Amino acid sequence: MGASQTRSENQYQDLMDKTGFSLEQIKNLHKRFQQLSGNEDTISRENLETIPALANNPIRKQIIEAFFDKRNQHQNEVGSLEEIGFEQFLMVMSHFRPPTLKTTEEEREAMRKEKLRFLFNMHDTDNDGTITLVEYRKVVEELLSKSGAIGQEAAKAIADAAMLEVASTNVPHMEPDDFYEGITFEHFEQILKGLEMETRMHIRFLDVDTTTMRCGKSTS
Amino acid sequence: MAVLRPARGGSAPRLTRLMCVLLLVSVSVASASRDVAPGNNETQRNPPGGPQEDPHHQTNSSTAHKKAFPVLSFNYDHVRKPFEISLWILLALLMKLGFHIIPRVSHVVPESCLLIVVGLLVGGIIKAIGEEAPILDSKLFFLYLLPPIILDAGYFLPIRPFTENMGTILVFAVVGTLWNIFFVGGMMYAVCRIEGAQLGSVDLLSCLLFGSIISAVDPVAVLAVFEEIHINELLHILVFGESLLNDAVTVVLYHLFEEFSHAGTVSVGDALLGVVCFFVVSVGGVMVGAIYGILGAFTSRFTSHTRVIEPLFVFLYSYMAYLSAEVFHLSGIMSLIACGVMMRPYVEANISHKSYTTIKYFLKMWSSVSETLIFIFLGVSTVAGPHAWNWTFVIFTVIICLVSRVLGVIGLTYIINKFRIVKLTKKDQFIVAYGGLRGAIAFSLGFLLTNSEMKNMFLTAIITVIFFTVFVQGMTIRPLVELLAVKKKKESKGSINEEIHTQFLDHLLTGIEDICGHYGHHHWKDKLNRFNKAYVKRWLIAGDRSTEPQLISFYNKMEMKQAMMLVESGSAAKLPTIVSSVSMQNIQPRVPVRQRAIPSISKSREQEIRKILRANLQNTRQRLRSYSRHDLMIDPFEDNVSEVRFRKQRVEMERRMSHYLTVPANRQETPPVRKVCFEPEHKVYTYDDSESPRGRDSQPHPSPPDAVSLLNESPRRPNQSSTPRAQGDVELRAKAPDEQDEQDQLKLSRCLSDPGPNKDGEEDSSFLS
Repeated sequence: MGASQTRSENQYQDLMDKTGFSLEQIKNLHKRFQQLSGNEDTISRENLETIPALANNPIRKQIIEAFFDKRNQHQNEVGSLEEIGFEQFLMVMSHFRPPTLKTTEEEREAMRKEKLRFLFNMHDTDNDGTITLVEYRKVVEELLSKSGAIGQEAAKAIADAAMLEVASTNVPHMEPDDFYEGITFEHFEQILKGLEMETRMHIRFLDVDTTTMRCGKSTS
Repeated sequence: MAVLRPARGGSAPRLTRLMCVLLLVSVSVASASRDVAPGNNETQRNPPGGPQEDPHHQTNSSTAHKKAFPVLSFNYDHVRKPFEISLWILLALLMKLGFHIIPRVSHVVPESCLLIVVGLLVGGIIKAIGEEAPILDSKLFFLYLLPPIILDAGYFLPIRPFTENMGTILVFAVVGTLWNIFFVGGMMYAVCRIEGAQLGSVDLLSCLLFGSIISAVDPVAVLAVFEEIHINELLHILVFGESLLNDAVTVVLYHLFEEFSHAGTVSVGDALLGVVCFFVVSVGGVMVGAIYGILGAFTSRFTSHTRVIEPLFVFLYSYMAYLSAEVFHLSGIMSLIACGVMMRPYVEANISHKSYTTIKYFLKMWSSVSETLIFIFLGVSTVAGPHAWNWTFVIFTVIICLVSRVLGVIGLTYIINKFRIVKLTKKDQFIVAYGGLRGAIAFSLGFLLTNSEMKNMFLTAIITVIFFTVFVQGMTIRPLVELLAVKKKKESKGSINEEIHTQFLDHLLTGIEDICGHYGHHHWKDKLNRFNKAYVKRWLIAGDRSTEPQLISFYNKMEMKQAMMLVESGSAAKLPTIVSSVSMQNIQPRVPVRQRAIPSISKSREQEIRKILRANLQNTRQRLRSYSRHDLMIDPFEDNVSEVRFRKQRVEMERRMSHYLTVPANRQETPPVRKVCFEPEHKVYTYDDSESPRGRDSQPHPSPPDAVSLLNESPRRPNQSSTPRAQGDVELRAKAPDEQDEQDQLKLSRCLSDPGPNKDGEEDSSFLS
């Protein structure tokens, strides 16, 4: 027990440095990971798809896909994985950490960019660096997917209007024959400037041990 | 009067001098009229034997000699009360008007201070005349002046930041106020024990009572000051939310201490009952408000045929909620807030656009009047009321209030930050502490006290604290905010992208929380939304809008707003300029699909938009017609200008209409600026053309070459689907001005792809009613 514990402590230390989570948080997430994977070392898409609470989420597929997207692993690779280990799981989760009181301005900027990058990757499914109209339409369609048939036409209209808005804010003067290829990352940053992503895109990671509290609730 | 006289010349000082004269005159009239009234009564009480020309006497005139028929008679008594009330309100509003004409003063001094000063002056004048000044009667305040302000605040409360920070707000409101009350009460008791201060008669319970009156942060004062400094949303909602929710604590403790200050002691049982009472008061108030809110929402479901009275339902249900809560001594403010919050999403989905505007304007108007009156009366009451000045008491009250506020905020933030994700910085804490202003609620509560010997002293101290917070803190908070570089409120024009991503984020974070496995904030919010959509909306929203997803209703709302804005701004004689030439062509994929580039909206919505556009077009047409006929009289130079303007206007109008109506696509019909402008909720929207996106740099070119350039524009759209309009444009230019209107009429009525005005009867006349 002692040897394995120090080994896992070293591992955890490594993870702490890479992702910025605290030891407690990593332990809790590890427990959850074990739960999801059925005590294996890796999880696959099926493991995540079986989470009951996710069933009602309209963008379920995109969220699950984001976990298996190599671009979110900060290693400049592209493509998608079939299974992910705990470290990759943590890397994806680290995008949702909140800023602390000690975060400096530059760190906040970097954090915001990172979170926006995560969102961008979720939309840009073919990884060509831009979100095209077709991709954006898909995003809006998925958002409205739980609302029944009325969503279809309206989704297209909304996506068109949104795209037009991005184009007209970022490239105000275009000739009639010019074509706006798609939303680049810079434009994406520009239009979402007002949302202050670093203070909105985060969840609460638990510091305390909650296994005893969770009995009977969210199983797998 | 020196306060109102600016240092510079110009029309402003003349205006202010005029207003001062007006003020003096009307005040004298108001008070003198009160002399006339008793005068009239006296003549009535005189023995009726004398042959008097008294018009009040409707005596038998058969026996008395026939007096001349009174051509002009004076009967002030008849209208006295409404006359005086109206006069006061008019005075208050004229003062408010005056402040905004003097530009320099209104930037430095917040309006509340100026109004109190005016009240002081008016009170002084009245006292100098020798009349008795009206005081801020508590009943008047609590029943008539306070509800509009709270309803305005509650109805337009930004829900998202409020619920996100609910925990923090509650801690500040409940625990913070309790701390303040006991600290102030305790310290004042200690002060009263000081020998030589002549305060020996003040016992602990009275001090605690005093503490409970003075400790609560006042929503009226906070609103008045914070609205002018535009700080960021988080701080605004923290201080403001605290001022609203501390009402329950204040109510309970005030009544508790008042009851027992007669008895003399408070036992533990009573204290426990007090705690229970607190929960009853707050939860009960919220429930009463929620019930009335649901009733109001339900009623609004059926008002589609009587649009005119829709706003009244909102006002009356809310007022009833307030009064009902007051009947049971529950917290009226919380009830009012709960009612407004509960009602709003459903009512807004049901009512017509005009009703919505009416509600917004009426609430703003009433709350503005109330606020003005409150501050003026505060000033007048200060001069009028009996005072008992005690240096020690007053000075120590002010100091201790400040100290307790600062300590409370710092201590509570330390605890709260352990639970918050986004922590409160030192700057935030400072603003929260500094923004704890006291106001008229404290004064009215003090006024309700029955014990007369200490009441005057308490009132004096309360007034001093109010003056100190409103004047000193109110005036200095703006420069301090600048100095500390506190984040200001960003002028957010709601964009469709932000809305899409807000929703996307909500779902994303909920999903991540589910993957993490714990039920957090987002999870419960998601559950509530789903419950709302599945059950509540079906009952409370009329028609097919009950199943409309939020994104779509947001989008429709914005399209509507933009349509109205464009039409309104276009109907004035301003030349449109092209700010952004991006249109649907630029973003559609290269595949030549003849699909509709125009967003499709539901049929009824489309009809509504068409009706607005048509109505405005009719107005414009009439205006244009007279315009051009008039212009024919003036010299040819000007004639060209107006003609060009006229043509450009029509072109713009046609372009806009074709964008919003169902016509085949692939034409450059989209309006120049596609970014929809969505003004923030609290700003009253004025159709000021100078602010419309096209209003800027739209100087009419006073030269004929412009007519040529107009002709050059049209070839840009020749290779598009041929509708009579495009050709009509080119044709029209060749015709003489007077014939243009007729052609215009014909063309436009043909171009409108709807069957024409006959269908008006069956349509939902939501806009033209």
